[in-house]
Amino acid sequence: MAFWRTPLDIDKLKIPKGELHIIKERCKGCGFCVEYCPKGVLQLSDEFNSKGYHPPEVVKPEECVNCDLCEVLCPDFAIYCVRIEEEEEEVDN
Amino acid sequence: MKADPQNVLTGAHYLDGNYAIAEGAIAAGCKFFAGYPITPSTEIAERVSRRFPLIGGIFVQMEDELASMAAILGASWGGKKSMSCTSGPGFSLMMENFGLGIMLETPCVLVNVQRGGPSTGLPTLPGQADMMQARWGSHGDYEVIALAPDSPQEGFELTIHAFNLSEKYRMPVLLMTDECVGHMTEKVIIPPPEEIELIERRYTDKKPGEAWPYQENELISPMLPVGEGYKFHITGLTHDYRGYPVINAEAQAENVDRLMAKVKENVDDLTWLEEKDVEDAEVVVVSYGISSRVVQPAIAKAREEGIKVGQIKMVTVWPFPEKRIRELAGKVKALIMVEMNYGQVYLEMDRCAAGRCETYICGHAGGTVHDPGSVYSTIKDAVK
Amino acid sequence: MSVETTKQVSDEHPMEHLLRMDRIPHIWCSTCGLGTTVRALAEALEQLEIDHDKVAVVSGIGCTGRVAGYLKLDSFHTTHGRAVPFAMGLHIARPDMKVIVFSGDGDLVSIGGNHFIHTARRNIDITVICVNNFIYAMTGGQVAPTTPIRARSKTTPYGNYETPFNIPLLAASSGAVYVARWTALHVRRMAMSFAEAISKRGFSLVEVIAPCSTLYARLNKLGTGLSLMKFYHDNSEIRHGADLNDIAIDYQSKIVVGKFLDVEKPTYLDALNHHNAGIFGDKYKPYGGGNGSD
Repeated sequence: MAFWRTPLDIDKLKIPKGELHIIKERCKGCGFCVEYCPKGVLQLSDEFNSKGYHPPEVVKPEECVNCDLCEVLCPDFAIYCVRIEEEEEEVDN
Repeated sequence: MKADPQNVLTGAHYLDGNYAIAEGAIAAGCKFFAGYPITPSTEIAERVSRRFPLIGGIFVQMEDELASMAAILGASWGGKKSMSCTSGPGFSLMMENFGLGIMLETPCVLVNVQRGGPSTGLPTLPGQADMMQARWGSHGDYEVIALAPDSPQEGFELTIHAFNLSEKYRMPVLLMTDECVGHMTEKVIIPPPEEIELIERRYTDKKPGEAWPYQENELISPMLPVGEGYKFHITGLTHDYRGYPVINAEAQAENVDRLMAKVKENVDDLTWLEEKDVEDAEVVVVSYGISSRVVQPAIAKAREEGIKVGQIKMVTVWPFPEKRIRELAGKVKALIMVEMNYGQVYLEMDRCAAGRCETYICGHAGGTVHDPGSVYSTIKDAVK
Repeated sequence: MSVETTKQVSDEHPMEHLLRMDRIPHIWCSTCGLGTTVRALAEALEQLEIDHDKVAVVSGIGCTGRVAGYLKLDSFHTTHGRAVPFAMGLHIARPDMKVIVFSGDGDLVSIGGNHFIHTARRNIDITVICVNNFIYAMTGGQVAPTTPIRARSKTTPYGNYETPFNIPLLAASSGAVYVARWTALHVRRMAMSFAEAISKRGFSLVEVIAPCSTLYARLNKLGTGLSLMKFYHDNSEIRHGADLNDIAIDYQSKIVVGKFLDVEKPTYLDALNHHNAGIFGDKYKPYGGGNGSD
């Protein structure tokens, strides 16, 4: 992510990461998630689901910041985002 | 269970029919009343609004009758015994959500104090011309329960009975009275609470997740309480046992058949007739509500003349006492229907007589009760 | 120090516990905004941390009328226009519950218009969510009391010439205590408004402008629901506290959104209890409902 100024606490901030789950059969191909993903993570795929819609596919998984916007915009409850926790390993002394 | 003493004004009173109906509702445990003023029913709402504040009831004067009927259904699902009252024009508006009440299987009581129609008709004068509307007023196929009191005393008693039937059969019940009974003041004996038997609502004993609003293979399912985690869905659309919409002919047949079977399979329990001198009768005068009192001098006069006239008063008009009428049709010379309309319930009687006896209608357009002379003339015609 | 990535694996959409999954997929068209609005209500219910057993949803008839059938709450699908009085009866019988009416513009302000204004006047403590798609969609695209002037519908084939309702103004002038409007694109603000409206004591209204692709967009050659979402993006203006007289919606022009009204007034039951206590004194037991037993 590009900052217009460097935040003073940049060393303490961590950009979250998300993992997208797409329930393809529920998708009606509206494209809301693709259009409004702020990081351009998704695009409509070429594949068809059984209703004949093109569900989205994840094209830039590493870019997902778990903002959930796709999930809250989806009218068909067909996509959701799970935060990937990055845990710091305890170091044994 | 017995009536709650705080609701019952035990004693001898001098009340008009509308007040007696209000007292009946209160004694039955009614705690929500939504209504809209309309002559000649308004005194019911007035009495309820005066009595409710100190017994924990809520009276709301609604914006119209459409809302009144919808609100009593909502309150009934919220767990309150609820009712509304109206007359012809308001009854027309209520038919919409009366149908919803039938479809959702919602206990509640609706009183129609009948006046002359059609349209605004005769606001201050009696009629009995909403009887077919009571039977078929909302669209679609369904069965109804309608009771007809002939006096303020019966107004009190039948209102309690109407609440009991609505809980027992889980459906709206109609009390079809008229301006004459509504505004007639007579002695009304209100019994002590321990003598008033009430049927309480049956709620499911199943746990959330296991219970549906309409259990499979059950004619009358216990209700599900709101706010207890059942998270049930009910709809005015044709639905299955889960309350979910299913839009096809099979689901329609199943749903509508069951709604009708609730009444049809219990006609004997619902039928309430008061018979007098029917055993040896060659002519039987059938009537209901105020008309069943007006016919009495005519019957007495005819009997004095040696004409064997019997009387049937229908306390329950719907479901129609088909079995009894068919029986009588094979025994008597004639059946006479006396009602303040041009022959609405008569049509049912004639259908059930099926040509096995003569049938007569002694009716008029409403606005006054019958002249006993007209009933007497009809009896004379029938034995000619 | 090493960084290890762990995945929280889940097979369930996070809102499934608030939905009747045995009825999903829903009947709404592709690019319809209704599903998004339902999702926002689910989000609001999550935020509020209230007992979902004590929340009921009542709908009328129409596309939005089907909402009650998809939410896993005590839910009632009633008759056309009568969701509000049904909800009023339910609320009065069970004042401990949150009763939400979720219905469409035609249902609420056309056939149900009288109930809407009177229930607002009484300040009945319910929340009304009005999804406004500018058209009667379930019946195939006829003119609604919200259709902007010039917009086409199946019954205004040459364009509409009737002045539409300004729903927030209607609600506020009738007595509502909380009034907001968002579009289906303002998902987070919409959810926040739903939560505020549900918490608010009194008659609260949230209008949601939502895309109808199959009828409104198609009949007016506006593209798909996605095109309408883009239109909302470019043409919505957030103006909290805006003068309600200035927020009427014209055809394909600016849509003013925001929270317009948030005031305190005694609810219907507050007024009733206060009044009766004054009249009857100690003899009066304040009405608070209960489980049908009192």
